[in-house]
Amino acid sequence: MMPVPSSVPQPKDDFQEELVIRPLHSGDIYASFQFRTLWETDFMRGNKVSHYRLFPKSLGQVISKFSVRELHISFTQGYWRTMQWGQPFLPSPPGAELWVWFQDSVTDVDGTWKELTNVLSGIFCASLNFIDSTNTVQPSASFKPLGIGNVTDHRFLRYATLPREIVCTENLTPWKKLLPCGSKAGLAVLLKSEKLFHSSFHSQAVHIRPVCQDWQCKTTSWELRQTLNVVFDLHTPGQGKLEWSLFKMFSRTLTEACPLASSSKIYIDITDDPQGEQFEVSPATHLLSQAMVLGDRRTFSVYDLTQQITFGTVRSLNLLIRWKSRDMLRPLLHAERYVAGYGLQTGEIHTLMYNNHPYRSFPVLLLDSVPWYLRLYIHTLTVTSKGKDNKPSYIHYQPSKDRVRPHLLEMLVQLPPNSVTEVTVQFERALLKWTEYTPDPNHGFYVGSSVISSLVPSIVAMDTNSTREQPLFSSFFPCKEESSYFMRVYTEPLLVNLPTPDFSMPYNVICLTCTVVAVGYGSLYNLLTRSFQIEEPSPGLAKRIANIIRKMRGVPPL
Amino acid sequence: IIFYIFSTLYFQLSFSPLVPQENAGQFFSSGHTNNWAVLVCTSRFWFNYRHVANTLSVYRSVKRLGIPDSHIVLMLADDMACNHRNPKPATVFSHKNMELNVYGDDVEVDYRGYEVTVENFLRVLTGRLPPSTPRSKRLLSDDRSNILIYLTGHGGNGFLKFQDSEEISNVELADAFEQMWQKRRYNELLFIIDTCQGASMYERFYSPNLMALASSQVGEDSLSHQPDLAIGVHLMDRYTFYLLEFLEDIHPSSKANMNDLFKVCPKSQCVSTPGHRTDLFLRDPGSALITDFFGSVRKVEITMETINLTEPIQQRQKETYSYVDQLPVSEIIHQKPKQKDWHPPDGFILGLWTLILLVFFKTYGMKHLKHIF
Repeated sequence: MMPVPSSVPQPKDDFQEELVIRPLHSGDIYASFQFRTLWETDFMRGNKVSHYRLFPKSLGQVISKFSVRELHISFTQGYWRTMQWGQPFLPSPPGAELWVWFQDSVTDVDGTWKELTNVLSGIFCASLNFIDSTNTVQPSASFKPLGIGNVTDHRFLRYATLPREIVCTENLTPWKKLLPCGSKAGLAVLLKSEKLFHSSFHSQAVHIRPVCQDWQCKTTSWELRQTLNVVFDLHTPGQGKLEWSLFKMFSRTLTEACPLASSSKIYIDITDDPQGEQFEVSPATHLLSQAMVLGDRRTFSVYDLTQQITFGTVRSLNLLIRWKSRDMLRPLLHAERYVAGYGLQTGEIHTLMYNNHPYRSFPVLLLDSVPWYLRLYIHTLTVTSKGKDNKPSYIHYQPSKDRVRPHLLEMLVQLPPNSVTEVTVQFERALLKWTEYTPDPNHGFYVGSSVISSLVPSIVAMDTNSTREQPLFSSFFPCKEESSYFMRVYTEPLLVNLPTPDFSMPYNVICLTCTVVAVGYGSLYNLLTRSFQIEEPSPGLAKRIANIIRKMRGVPPL
Repeated sequence: IIFYIFSTLYFQLSFSPLVPQENAGQFFSSGHTNNWAVLVCTSRFWFNYRHVANTLSVYRSVKRLGIPDSHIVLMLADDMACNHRNPKPATVFSHKNMELNVYGDDVEVDYRGYEVTVENFLRVLTGRLPPSTPRSKRLLSDDRSNILIYLTGHGGNGFLKFQDSEEISNVELADAFEQMWQKRRYNELLFIIDTCQGASMYERFYSPNLMALASSQVGEDSLSHQPDLAIGVHLMDRYTFYLLEFLEDIHPSSKANMNDLFKVCPKSQCVSTPGHRTDLFLRDPGSALITDFFGSVRKVEITMETINLTEPIQQRQKETYSYVDQLPVSEIIHQKPKQKDWHPPDGFILGLWTLILLVFFKTYGMKHLKHIF
């Protein structure tokens, strides 16, 4: 088909890719890929959008069909160890997490949510169709929209997690196919599944939201960010030295930038040693950049892949990073969660939140979503800091309904400086119907991670000018004030055992009962109804012939 | 039927057929226009690694011979590649010493984990899926589709076990195929099963145009091939291992036919006796090519029509936008909780009871009052 060229210019779209490599003090290395597509179009009004260039068509159709305002979905394998690795650029809980803000024109949010999860399960090859009303919650204060907008009616927000969801190559394949260059050119050639999944932490996410186009913010454009965070373990490749290269991490080197990208950069975090004494990066570069990220001013070496000289004479870029072990800044906010108690009847959930700032206290919003089969006793809820009771300034609790919805607990707690705050609540385990058990019930049942959102005071003044040219990793969370930055921390998911019946019991019972009935009733029946008769044994052949002759003679037989 | 008559006439008329025209004739002789594959692994747990490897090796062959992911419904009941017991994550091997990674880098699993149930399998076959099911999870075949169905797992005489918790019987399977026939959901169907006593699963088929292969007869067990000491489990079942070796030699323009497929894995290699059933198949199995089921027929239509693209209407908003505050503490503290259920105001119930008591005592007299108080 030959299209007629149109005279009106198509809406502008722009694609940027970047990779940030940060060596961690424990010897592991953290690599964060971000691919951002900006598109000045309007999915909601006007004609249906039919010409897609850089923005993937499958996601564009999802946005317009389900009137989505914001969509955040992440698939994670592993748990982020904050105390060893610091804070991630983009946090995510283990398993799958999906939270969506719908437009205020949607009338039936729950129905649209159900259809959206089914469509996304087809796009990402994940079992997101297991998201239903029993694991969806509507937070009342957490998860404010990350994009622009005025209306924040929480009726249009839905949040769900699937802690059991496995992430593997089948989720990475459709994710890579959403990129404009696919996995053929640019930074995406490094995404080989055999290396990515042989790591301590792997998380891939898709974030869609409307953003300001320029500093005046009179027009909006749609932003699609695809992020992939991976932490490679020091001991996996066998070598114990603190030496990493692109080839060692990804088994590939870079040969070119994505031709469709307007910017393609690699940032290496050299903050802890800008002089190059303890830290060595080769090939060396003179491009340096400073960015305010996670409350800290950090220095990065920049490699621009759109410049041909980056690749040198060999036409391939293999960065080599060598460093000596050094201390790490203690993260200001950190959380843990565990189940206490014994037996299969009751238990207690403990959530611990650590505030490591020496003199400042800050508020945190704790969101807990517990499935209905763990019956929480909210009257046993206690929040203590430094031994004393700490009353939350806001509590929102929605009780569960069996097989309909889970518990939702949201609390705004002020964490005193340099302290541990402990939140405990007791629960009782319910007995499920025998068809509701999974095929492997003795594995246990998962409880999703708690989400702790907070405004953490920052060491340096944060940059509130959101439209200056900033690297992608520092411009994800919008920054409104200079003295603090927004952060989200996820706790571990819990694995609890529910009382499990013995599924072979029906078969055993049938066999036993039938045997007992057969033996018992059968014997009784025989005793009652059997009667005995005397019977002559049959005579031998000679006697029988003699009897026949006697009968013929008319004489009585023998 | 017209194409078939045309091609036979053509063969009779020409003694030295030109190669492209002969291929064109054969292109239309089988009567199908598209190919689908439904590949199911029904076993859970790490020691059933070989069933996932079986299914993935058939997936690999089918993809290699041309069937695209959009026409393959792949169901894996458990995840072996990213299982924490797998010493080489994101890989599933079929040969020991890790020669061949059948999982690869480009795999799309449509049903995984707990989604692989008897109900979902039968719904996929018969097409009775809820309306919100995405396209990749549907079998959108029509009456000119050739479908390949491959099942593997643990089975017995007349049943196949799904995920250690439920079974599908041969009667259910036969009825599902009959539903497919009545709804015109297939042109020809090839059914391959690799389980113990697999031949019992095709005993009850009664719909036309079905051909079935099984790895063992009733009363026999299908055996696994070889363990890998590094991974620690058996990697493949024997029948599928030799089937994979056979299919590796097939390329998209191969002329091998079904009779070659029946000879795969004789008793000397398989220990069990593979069986097959062709009485319901209307064509001669010798005339059915392997690529009729494992490969893909794709028709390309070239048209010279033009289409006008409509121009999008650009609407410019004049209001200023801003980002939302992520943690507005004062707003949250003063948020009024929503009253979902209406409760009567306090005091109302007390007043109501007082009214009832007063009416009672007014009617029946005051002398009862001293019995209450």
